[in-house]
Amino acid sequence: MLEQFGNSRAARTLVAAAGLMVVASAAQATDLTVYTAVEAEDLKKYAKAFNKTNPDINIKWVRDSTGIVTAKLLAEKNNPQADVVWGLAATSLMLLKAEGMTEPYAPVGVGKLDKKFVDSANPPHWTGMDAWIASVCFNTVEGKKNGLPIPTSWKDLTKPVYKGHVVMPNPNSSGTGFLDVSSWLQMFGEEGGWKFMDALHQNINWYTHSGSKPCKQAASGETPIGISFAFRGAKSKAKGAPLEIILPSEGIGWDMEATAIMKGTKNLAAAKKLVDFTITKEANVMYNKGYAVVAYPGVAKKVKHFPAGILEAMIDNKFEWAATNRKRILSKWQTRYDSKSLPKK
Amino acid sequence: MADASLTAQTSDRAIVRPKLSRDDWIMRTVMVAIGVFLLIAVLLPLYTMMSKSVENKDGGFVGFANFAEYFSTPALFNSAFNSLSISILATLIILVVTFIYGYALTRTCMPFKWFFKLVAMVPLLTPSLLGGISLIYWFGNQGVLKDLLFGEKIYGPIGITMGSSYWVFPHALMIVITALSITDARLYEAAEALRTSKLKTFLTVTIPGCKYGLISAGFVVFTLVFTDFGVPKVIGGNYNMLATDIYKQVIGQQNFQMGAVVSVVLLVPAIIAFSVDRIVQRKQVALLSARAVPYTPKPSRGRDMSMLAFCSVIALIIIAMIGMAQYAALVTFWPYNLEFSLNNYDFDVMDGGGWEAFWNSIEMALYTAFFGTIIVFTGAYLMEKGRGFTVGRSAFHMVAMAPLAVPGMVLGLAYIFFFNNPANPFNFIYGTMGILVVATVVHFYTVSHLTAVTALKQMDPEFESVSASLKAPFYKTFAKVTVPVCMPAVFDISIYLFLNAMTTVSAVVFLYSSDTTLASVAVLNMDDAGDVAPAAAMAMMIAYTCAAMRIVQVVLTRGIAIKTQAWRNQ
Amino acid sequence: MDSAARSFLKIENLVKKFGDFTALQDISLDVYDGEFVCFLGPSGCGKTTLLRAIAGLDIQTHGRIEQDGKDISALPPAERDFGIVFQSYALFPNLTVERNVAYGLENRKLPRAEIDVRVAELLQLVGLPDQGTKYPAQLSGGQQQRVALARAMATSPGLLLLDEPLSALDARVRVHLRTEIKDLQRRLGVTTIMVTHDQEEALTMADRIVVMNHGVIDQVGTPQEIYGSPATSFVADFIGSMNFIPGTVAAKGRVTVGDFPLDCDTTGFNEGDAITVSIRPEDINAQDMEHDDNVVDGEITHLQFMGSFYRAELGGAAFSGHDVQADFSVNLVRRKNVVLGSKLPIRLPADHIQLYPPVED
Repeated sequence: MLEQFGNSRAARTLVAAAGLMVVASAAQATDLTVYTAVEAEDLKKYAKAFNKTNPDINIKWVRDSTGIVTAKLLAEKNNPQADVVWGLAATSLMLLKAEGMTEPYAPVGVGKLDKKFVDSANPPHWTGMDAWIASVCFNTVEGKKNGLPIPTSWKDLTKPVYKGHVVMPNPNSSGTGFLDVSSWLQMFGEEGGWKFMDALHQNINWYTHSGSKPCKQAASGETPIGISFAFRGAKSKAKGAPLEIILPSEGIGWDMEATAIMKGTKNLAAAKKLVDFTITKEANVMYNKGYAVVAYPGVAKKVKHFPAGILEAMIDNKFEWAATNRKRILSKWQTRYDSKSLPKK
Repeated sequence: MADASLTAQTSDRAIVRPKLSRDDWIMRTVMVAIGVFLLIAVLLPLYTMMSKSVENKDGGFVGFANFAEYFSTPALFNSAFNSLSISILATLIILVVTFIYGYALTRTCMPFKWFFKLVAMVPLLTPSLLGGISLIYWFGNQGVLKDLLFGEKIYGPIGITMGSSYWVFPHALMIVITALSITDARLYEAAEALRTSKLKTFLTVTIPGCKYGLISAGFVVFTLVFTDFGVPKVIGGNYNMLATDIYKQVIGQQNFQMGAVVSVVLLVPAIIAFSVDRIVQRKQVALLSARAVPYTPKPSRGRDMSMLAFCSVIALIIIAMIGMAQYAALVTFWPYNLEFSLNNYDFDVMDGGGWEAFWNSIEMALYTAFFGTIIVFTGAYLMEKGRGFTVGRSAFHMVAMAPLAVPGMVLGLAYIFFFNNPANPFNFIYGTMGILVVATVVHFYTVSHLTAVTALKQMDPEFESVSASLKAPFYKTFAKVTVPVCMPAVFDISIYLFLNAMTTVSAVVFLYSSDTTLASVAVLNMDDAGDVAPAAAMAMMIAYTCAAMRIVQVVLTRGIAIKTQAWRNQ
Repeated sequence: MDSAARSFLKIENLVKKFGDFTALQDISLDVYDGEFVCFLGPSGCGKTTLLRAIAGLDIQTHGRIEQDGKDISALPPAERDFGIVFQSYALFPNLTVERNVAYGLENRKLPRAEIDVRVAELLQLVGLPDQGTKYPAQLSGGQQQRVALARAMATSPGLLLLDEPLSALDARVRVHLRTEIKDLQRRLGVTTIMVTHDQEEALTMADRIVVMNHGVIDQVGTPQEIYGSPATSFVADFIGSMNFIPGTVAAKGRVTVGDFPLDCDTTGFNEGDAITVSIRPEDINAQDMEHDDNVVDGEITHLQFMGSFYRAELGGAAFSGHDVQADFSVNLVRRKNVVLGSKLPIRLPADHIQLYPPVED
């Protein structure tokens, strides 16, 4: 009995192991471990586009939300696992740069990019891909049910009528959450910003860990209003969700998705090839499928379901300020809002 | 002859040093090897984690500064309070419910007992997150039964309590049923002969009889809820708990030191609960060994029917939870398009690793079950049946008990600290399937170990003596007798490891890599990204896999029973 | 036993401690070749501990054991030469009777045919020639114990150890198997040590009995010696029934119990010593009174019918409050019309009286 039992298990294990070996031998090419916060559904497309010109480099994606990828990279500081970061918030990459974890490299053709999208150091530590823009997802069906007017500004969201109807990402884990908070502090000033958040906090239903969740929850009616980012809203709208994507009138925060090579990579040559690709016009056309603003000038076309006037609404974001103040802002935010829901007795 | 010889000096005489046989050497070496494995896999990572908690970001020693900071941060301190109150509340609810349910199954003539037993075990087949996901569809803002909450939100303490109660129910029920099954019928006969009232019999015979079982169940539930991360993550809203805090500290804020601090805080009640449970268990064993006559319930229409009603309600809740998850997974776009489609099964376009995660999970669970069972059973055998070496054997038992006191999240975090250090010779397993298997085997080691020990204790202790006298090496007797006789327990251990490997989130959430995404973590990540329906779909895939495995186990065990009924007494 | 017989097993100054508890205190014993020895004593007396030390299962703390001229004191069980049978049979439940018996043989890499012949022979020997293909659970307790015996004997060990082999069996099976084991042992001539707490078992089976109490050997001797002249009051009390009456030595050859003088051998005691007078109930005489020494009047206070005889309890001023038990034949009770309250003279024959140091109650 033991023998039988053992053998069947062993057989399965062998099959599994053999399967793994086949996969491994098929990919004789270089394996490149790429950390990313790009939406899961786009990853295959990105890899495919890259492999058209570089079939010998195999991308192994590690995908998670901005906060998690950043945390993972920092955790692995002494023993980096990633070769390249492709598609992470520029503020996070600035943090990694400050920690001395990024490899400076000027990709071929970097001069063609909009200066705003390239690290100021020479050679640059990171290069931008596209802008990722805050916006408000409003569920029209639930809005009507609850008798909510469509908000047009950030300040609108602090009105008592929206009490318990707003969801936003927790900036401690979500990159989107952080860009919201940092943009409010820039637009309304340090004092005004916190005052605004105090008022907004009164209306917040809950804070989510992920930046796309508020919009997805708005799409499924779990909340009428979700503070999220435009790209997510457009996607959900495309799926048939009764959403209105709103760009608040005061202006919208944004961050760049950017690319960098990790210092100490064992596949530097392949990593450089990948980064070269990420700034090509072709790649930027690809980014434009989801993002209205991209690094390569003249590429951007209007994206379906995206609201108009994005470029005008984007604030003049001070990334360096955001990156250097990140820790202070987050811990202040945490003390003020994270203990919201104590049992009220 | 008698008294005169007593005067002989014995104290200063040479102590006989037993000569070790080849068997002794092999047994001790293998046992020590497994012990060292556990030491490396449990205690060293914990030690590393604890030292992190008294270090600053750059690795300098700061004493208890991190703890001081932690306890002065109200937000974090509140989490401890929340964890405590939710855990106590869920424990009380579950104790009452499982007691009645268990009572109905063991002490009444309620019909359809087999059905209720089966349904009660369903939550074991799913990740703890499933309960939370289902609750969203039942009671969320678009929930079917939202109005039943009278305006209260499901996101928060209500949801956490309900979701936690759902998944810990079978864990508690198994203990309570055991406790209720070991009663002595003679006590009831005596009570009846003395014309004791039913209530008094209940209070003076039934309750004291299963007291230890209830206490033990209470501590198990408390620890499970206190250290669970899945349910509060899904349905906790802004209600912070310690387990979610670790996640937020580490993942959200990259604050590993603080994560370590919270881990240590989480470890304290878990260890207390563990210690109390061990003491109570020992007393329970003493109760068990008494020569009792099994109790056979007599029909009583009123009691049996009200029990049937109660159990039906509980069973209905369990079925509603899992049923809703399956329904939501098949609906195209909740709540605006209720047509059925398989869109939510298109995992490859979502976070969490796609279908690959599902296959990875199965692979990981098979490895865990296979290697885990071998290690656990061999270790338990060598410890239980070894000759001499008392110190080593009791040390082994202690090390084998340790994992039970370590919450999964704490273990996972400790593994990052320990294994993701280039100076560590075991660094190479970081980011591989190997570390997931090791973490899972270790996380569920103790219960498997105890199962093996119980089975081994039921074997005649003289088998080893007899085979030594017949000059048969121990491994021969192990393979020819011990393992075949213990085969049901061996199956129990492997299915236990398999099920837990499929459903666990807590230990592995810090340890998976892009090549080794897991289904249970995918459930978490999809829910995290707002893809709740696909998360439900994946959770149900896990449930079906576990159910299928369970059926395989039942068939195999049946097969053995038929094959071996000649030599089995029952 | 012939004192010239070779000492097969030599135990010297054995001590076994479990922490602070001393289970065996300085045990020395010789077991002769071909002999059947019983370790007898109440539970906790150390008899099983001694057996396990001999087997090497729980090795002694101090002391030496020699088997067949070889020092085996520290050897593991597998390097000793013995077969063992336990109270629980310890048969491998998943192996057939044949495979159980063959277990030790298979291990010696003997040819299959040879093993089969030997197994058949052994099963024949224990009277189970047709049960080879059955599993242990399909046999009765007595049959299982025979299989265990066959398994232990299969490799022809020099020493057979039996640890309470009959205790788990029904009374009738037990009596039956007693004779069988004894016969088998005599036929094979294997040196055998059996642990038991059942005095009847020891008396009927053993060539010599080792009576143990509190980790000490109280007496070693043939069943007749042990029963007839117990060396200590413990042995006297543990084996058979015994009356104990406190008294004092009045003079050489005479003791007094209460006011009543008794003639008996007082060797080893001095005048004035407090002593315990003991006599077995069946040695008390009520029938032929041709001698008038040691005769005392008693009154029947209890009378118990035991089947083949009556056990009477007699009280009387003479015993200063101590009741004395005496066994009367059915015949005598009928003839003398002994009933509760009857008064009759009884005689305590001097040669059946044993004196011991005073027993503390």
